[in-house]
Amino acid sequence: MSKKDNTIPDSEETIEKEYSILNLGPTHPATHGIFQNVLKMDGEIIHEAEPTVGYIHRAFEKLAERRPYNQITPITDRLNYCSSPINNIGWHMTVEKLIGCKVPKRVDYMRIVIMELARISDHLICNSVIGVDTGAMTGFLYIFQWREKIYDIYEGICGARLTTNIGRIGGFEREWSKDTWDKINSFVKEYPKALNEFANLLERNKIFMDRTINCGPISAKMALDYSFTGPNLRAAGVDYDVRVATPYSSYEDFDFIIPVGTAGDTYDRFMVRQEEMRQSLKIIEQAIKNMPKDEPFHADLPEFYLPPKEEVYNNMEALIYHFKIVMGETEVPKGEVYHAVEGGNGELGFYLVSDGGRTPYRLHFRRPCFIYYQAYPEMVKGIMLSDAIITMSSMNVIAGELDA
Amino acid sequence: MNEELFKKLAEKISAKFPDAIEASDIAYDFPAFTIKKESIHDVLSLLKEDEELNFHFLTDLTGFQTEDEKQLGVIYHLHNMMKNYRVRIRVFFDINKPEIPTATDIWPGANWMERETFDFYGVRFKGHPKLKRILNVDEMDIFPMRKEYPLEDQSRDDKSDKMFGR
Repeated sequence: MSKKDNTIPDSEETIEKEYSILNLGPTHPATHGIFQNVLKMDGEIIHEAEPTVGYIHRAFEKLAERRPYNQITPITDRLNYCSSPINNIGWHMTVEKLIGCKVPKRVDYMRIVIMELARISDHLICNSVIGVDTGAMTGFLYIFQWREKIYDIYEGICGARLTTNIGRIGGFEREWSKDTWDKINSFVKEYPKALNEFANLLERNKIFMDRTINCGPISAKMALDYSFTGPNLRAAGVDYDVRVATPYSSYEDFDFIIPVGTAGDTYDRFMVRQEEMRQSLKIIEQAIKNMPKDEPFHADLPEFYLPPKEEVYNNMEALIYHFKIVMGETEVPKGEVYHAVEGGNGELGFYLVSDGGRTPYRLHFRRPCFIYYQAYPEMVKGIMLSDAIITMSSMNVIAGELDA
Repeated sequence: MNEELFKKLAEKISAKFPDAIEASDIAYDFPAFTIKKESIHDVLSLLKEDEELNFHFLTDLTGFQTEDEKQLGVIYHLHNMMKNYRVRIRVFFDINKPEIPTATDIWPGANWMERETFDFYGVRFKGHPKLKRILNVDEMDIFPMRKEYPLEDQSRDDKSDKMFGR
């Protein structure tokens, strides 16, 4: 063979280009959940991504058609399990809207405290995991004890930690104990310090910034086209927040800022979540300060709210309601209602159709994750595999919410 | 505000498509229109393209089955964020011929929502770029959210529930 033939041809025609197929997932430690992506790779560049979802599909919408209203709350826990109180309370408010119930201001404020704590825990997990995926384990290990403290607060209120089933239709099941209030107060007092330390680790860290700026960007136009909501949409520069656009649960009484980004990249998503945690703390402080005193912690809604045990034994009506609730025979009016709350990931909507029976005729969850994850193939096209991983974790795709 | 929006919507739709609206109502501050199957795509694009209404955001798209089990439906929730207009559009069609035009050309975000609706109700969206099952396995041959498929297997006799009459 002559020397000339041995040279490596450099023009495209002589080599047939071949893509390699890589299965990322279904169980991969870097995806934090059960997601499969079939990637068509050109070296380390992603040419095409094909997500497969549905690995933990549990047919919640079908299940809900057989369950009485108060028994659907535990289902909603399992949607976005990082911030289940928001899902629970969103569902309670949907039913309250359908039956036309007005809850006391105190319930609204208590709900806001819980929902904002849940938002903090959701964002805290997401942001610390972005750190882990970029190689900074410290922040994650450090900040996670604060999630633990939030879970202690949940535990004091409802007895559960992850799948909370918090509150009831119409309010809360009991008054919060002094211990719980102490825990909330000390969390609000001490968390900013921890958050600032966490921020010092990452926010202006050169390595982190180089790694995340311009990584997986999405334009505002495209984000809107793909029905993005929540921090991911705000990172792209659209100041849409359900709490402000359609205030629920007395959010109109509160003074807070909606942070927006500009580029919609991983860094912006991270920063938006950081700032939202600070704003959430501000909201909690206001809620504690302005908490109405001398109001009940639940609405007068005997058909959904279990009466105290002594009354069940001594009072006919209470016994009837107790029986009706436990057997799940409470009937609700006919109607069709859509109610949305600002979940950890965006607009969490409940579309509920009731035919007047004991169970919903149709219940649909508008799950923000499911809707924005469809833009993922377009977002990771042409970027490196390792960038695709942090794009996914910064979008905060939660398997439970994705698959319902 | 919602009554105004309701009137405005009714006017705009019926001006362009005189007999497209089958029914309309406003409940829980949410204007809702039932549109004829033939004009659903035109009405949706009108709602998006119209400068005043400009429903640029598809909040939700989901399937539905009517109580007589003879019709399927698709429910769209549209949103105009600038003016905070929201509207619900319903369309119903025969369960034996579940075919309507896709909305993916109006809102790309309809893609997975339509796939989900196809997966659970068997609604075939004409013109959808890739209409295949999304949450269920590809081999499944039923559409599980239809009312003809009860949650539990009704032929089972080991789980009689006489006490609670379910």
